Amino acid sequence: MQNRWHPIGHISDIPVLGARCVKTPGMTIAVFRTEEDVVHAIENRCPHKGGPLSEGIVHGTSVTCPLHNWVISVETGQALGADEGSVRTIPIRNEDGRLFIALDAVVDEAAVMAAA
Amino acid sequence: MSERLVIIGNGMAPGRMLEHLFDRAPSRYAVTIFNAEPRVNYDRIMLSPVLSGEKSYEQIVIHDDDWYAARGITLHKGRRIAAIDRERKTVTSACGLTAFYDRLVIATGSTPLIIPVQGRDLPGVVTYRDLDDVEAMLEAARPGRRAVVIGGGLLGLEAAAGLLRRGMEVTVLHLMPTLMERQLDGAAGYLLQAELERRGISVICKANTKAILGTDAVEGVLLDNGTELPADLVVMAAGIRPNVALAKDAGLAVNRGILVDDGMRSSDEAIYALGECAEVGGMVYGLVAPLYEMARVAAARLADDTEAAFVHADTPTRLKVTGIDLYSLGDFAEAKDREEIVLRDASAGLYKRLVLKDNRIVGTVLYGATSDGAWYNDLKTKGTDVSAMRETLIFGPAHQGGAGQDPLAAIAALPMDAQICGCNGVCKGSIVAAIGEKGLSTLDDVRAHTKASASCGSCTGLVEQLLSLTLGDGYSRSAVTPVCPCTDLGHDDVRRLIKAKGLKTIPAVMQALEWKSSGGCAKCRPALNYYLVCDWPDEYADDYQSRFINERVHANIQKDGTYSVVPRMWGGVTSAAELRAIADVADKFAIRTVKVTGGQRIDLLGVAKEDLPAVWADLGKAGFVSGQAYAKGLRTVKTCVGSDWCRFGTQDSTGLGIRIEKFMWGSWTPAKVKMAVSGCPRNCAEATCKDVGIICVEAGFEIHFAGVAGLDIKGTEILTLVKTEDEALEHVVALTQMYREQGRYLERIYKWAKRIGLDEIRRQIVEDPDRRRAFYDRFVFSQRFAQVDPWAERVGGKDRHEFTSMATLNHPQAAE
Repeated sequence: MQNRWHPIGHISDIPVLGARCVKTPGMTIAVFRTEEDVVHAIENRCPHKGGPLSEGIVHGTSVTCPLHNWVISVETGQALGADEGSVRTIPIRNEDGRLFIALDAVVDEAAVMAAA
Repeated sequence: MSERLVIIGNGMAPGRMLEHLFDRAPSRYAVTIFNAEPRVNYDRIMLSPVLSGEKSYEQIVIHDDDWYAARGITLHKGRRIAAIDRERKTVTSACGLTAFYDRLVIATGSTPLIIPVQGRDLPGVVTYRDLDDVEAMLEAARPGRRAVVIGGGLLGLEAAAGLLRRGMEVTVLHLMPTLMERQLDGAAGYLLQAELERRGISVICKANTKAILGTDAVEGVLLDNGTELPADLVVMAAGIRPNVALAKDAGLAVNRGILVDDGMRSSDEAIYALGECAEVGGMVYGLVAPLYEMARVAAARLADDTEAAFVHADTPTRLKVTGIDLYSLGDFAEAKDREEIVLRDASAGLYKRLVLKDNRIVGTVLYGATSDGAWYNDLKTKGTDVSAMRETLIFGPAHQGGAGQDPLAAIAALPMDAQICGCNGVCKGSIVAAIGEKGLSTLDDVRAHTKASASCGSCTGLVEQLLSLTLGDGYSRSAVTPVCPCTDLGHDDVRRLIKAKGLKTIPAVMQALEWKSSGGCAKCRPALNYYLVCDWPDEYADDYQSRFINERVHANIQKDGTYSVVPRMWGGVTSAAELRAIADVADKFAIRTVKVTGGQRIDLLGVAKEDLPAVWADLGKAGFVSGQAYAKGLRTVKTCVGSDWCRFGTQDSTGLGIRIEKFMWGSWTPAKVKMAVSGCPRNCAEATCKDVGIICVEAGFEIHFAGVAGLDIKGTEILTLVKTEDEALEHVVALTQMYREQGRYLERIYKWAKRIGLDEIRRQIVEDPDRRRAFYDRFVFSQRFAQVDPWAERVGGKDRHEFTSMATLNHPQAAE
């Protein structure tokens, strides 16, 4: 299935070494901006206790969850260090600063939730 | 008859293409060039030296008129092509000149981005692209006049340096937090900025231009934060955009640039494109090396060599500003599967960073010493596995070879007269001799006997290596716990060096103290941010991205991601009107839990993040400010009712508590600070388990400190007894300031006091009135910048992005 790309705003909407949220029916997505201006999108939910990763301190390509200091790679969604777990990554595209995410994964989840 | 080759544009790329083409097939084509600029081909890379006065236009011409004549090329100068007719295979200039082609090359280059702000058309606003721009700048450049350059990339900085050389006062505005962020990481960007500022260029990062001011000519630039910068010249250097309009009008496939295959052929097989206007393999290029590679490929294809193909190669970036040495290559973004090696030498102003993936170099940033750039580029291009030389890779090719494997080899190889400590002029021989003769075995011994590493401390690593080298296994490094894995220094050394070296930004600390990571981590950044806020209250701009979420949004995050809101209740005293306002807020925002806290105030729990500013707005109308219940800072001052009501009360404990809280709120501290004032020794305000407490007695005020009732339980220690409220306030404030200046980040007062010693604290605060007064004065100075209600600021619109989603996608199926 081909990805459909949805515009979510401009890279300048996100602070450097910060994150913003995108709300969708299926989940809230955290969009991160690294010091090098690379953007990554992952589900805004720590695999540990569901903490809002978008609120964590961003360092390198990792974010430290504000609730219990798990460190999650914003690139792969994997917990780093001794902790185990992962969150979903969402495809994101940066076209001259305009950001788009591919929502097929989210749509599927919304459909499942609607059916339930 | 030879085929007709028409070229639109006469920049460096088509110029190089013609050189190749006439080498390969000298008589194959009859060539006609249309150049919108009224000139021959000149070296645009050398515009900066023309601007700075180091070269003249004549010196940068690549092909003069004779060159074209000798090859029978028709060059139309100052003739802009207005249309391409692909059916008839003609091009027509704006003035009506038409030429037929068999093959056409489009090399229209790029145009500078003009920021769409008011005043962009005023005389005195120029771009930086061609010789006309340089002439316009030189026209305006008079010693003492002011220039503002918008854009801190390669072009902007070269323009700024050139204008500075012409005697202008130059300010560079850059939208991003660090200069040249596409080519440099934050650390190198910081060094570059420091060097430019040292030369006299002012640099303002995160500067968003709102308008260009002036009526008949440019007079200044207005930023969106209200700053106005006077200017006689404004240079727009905010980026370039490929010129694709002509190709697009002709119906050629166009994306960011004109789409071409790896043979530089467009969607029309008779038409080629190259240079900055072309897009090949999803990339557009602006540096000369890939453009010349395009020229080589296009010439080969025009000579019917079908093998030639353009292959992407990373091009090193250098800044052409005399005396600034920087080099950037490849991809240096961090990623999970990448590792970095960082070398910083603060005294030499050196920064080197290698980014490795699978033991191969993928990116390099060098600042201060770039001579190894070529070697790293070679390793990167060849994909050399560097695992065997990993330990010494960062030192460059000179340190490779048989002996390179031992990390001590480098220091062992230093001659005995090599200087180790620059501050105190101590050479290797003196240190080695002292270790041997005096039987020294620790770093402190060496510091005491030789003074090496005793001043700025940046040679500590070298001195320790000398100890290891001389004593072998007899030396074990001192047991200082580093701040985090990004550094070997402990908190105390970091704090000492921030003051000693006058370090005033996080990047400055990381560079001067030779941080081992490029951008720090979640442990060291909040600590450094606090130290800088504390040490330079008037100069340091608080870095919110280095603060924990609670301090960033001024509320306390809860386990479900909602927040709690605690307004300040001075001394724990409230009123009917305040309680009514809190009740109204609780109703209006359907606040689930309203809880009385241990610090004598009221907590509203379960507030959604996006509701925070509205909640604060309503609370603010009733006179509430933030209770800072989230801060590593002053939390509460608990009180009892004191002599106002209580039959045992000896003093106005409520009034003193309120006075202290109003004096000290807003101050940041290493960890949270809780206080209390009790009106008599019965101690109803529980002052004897607080960070700072006061017990009122008939004779005055007993000042307590270093208590805790949390993870640990410990009663307070008595600092002293004073007679008046004023003295009590002065002692409490001075004690807090001493803790602010000496505490380690996240270290509560009781731990700090245990480490420093109670007697030492009494000596400085009680026995030394001058010192106490100095602490007090520094606290008061700092409060001028700290006592701003963060809630009111955010109700006023500050950091709005923190409280709203970036986007809401309601029906993803329907979108797009």
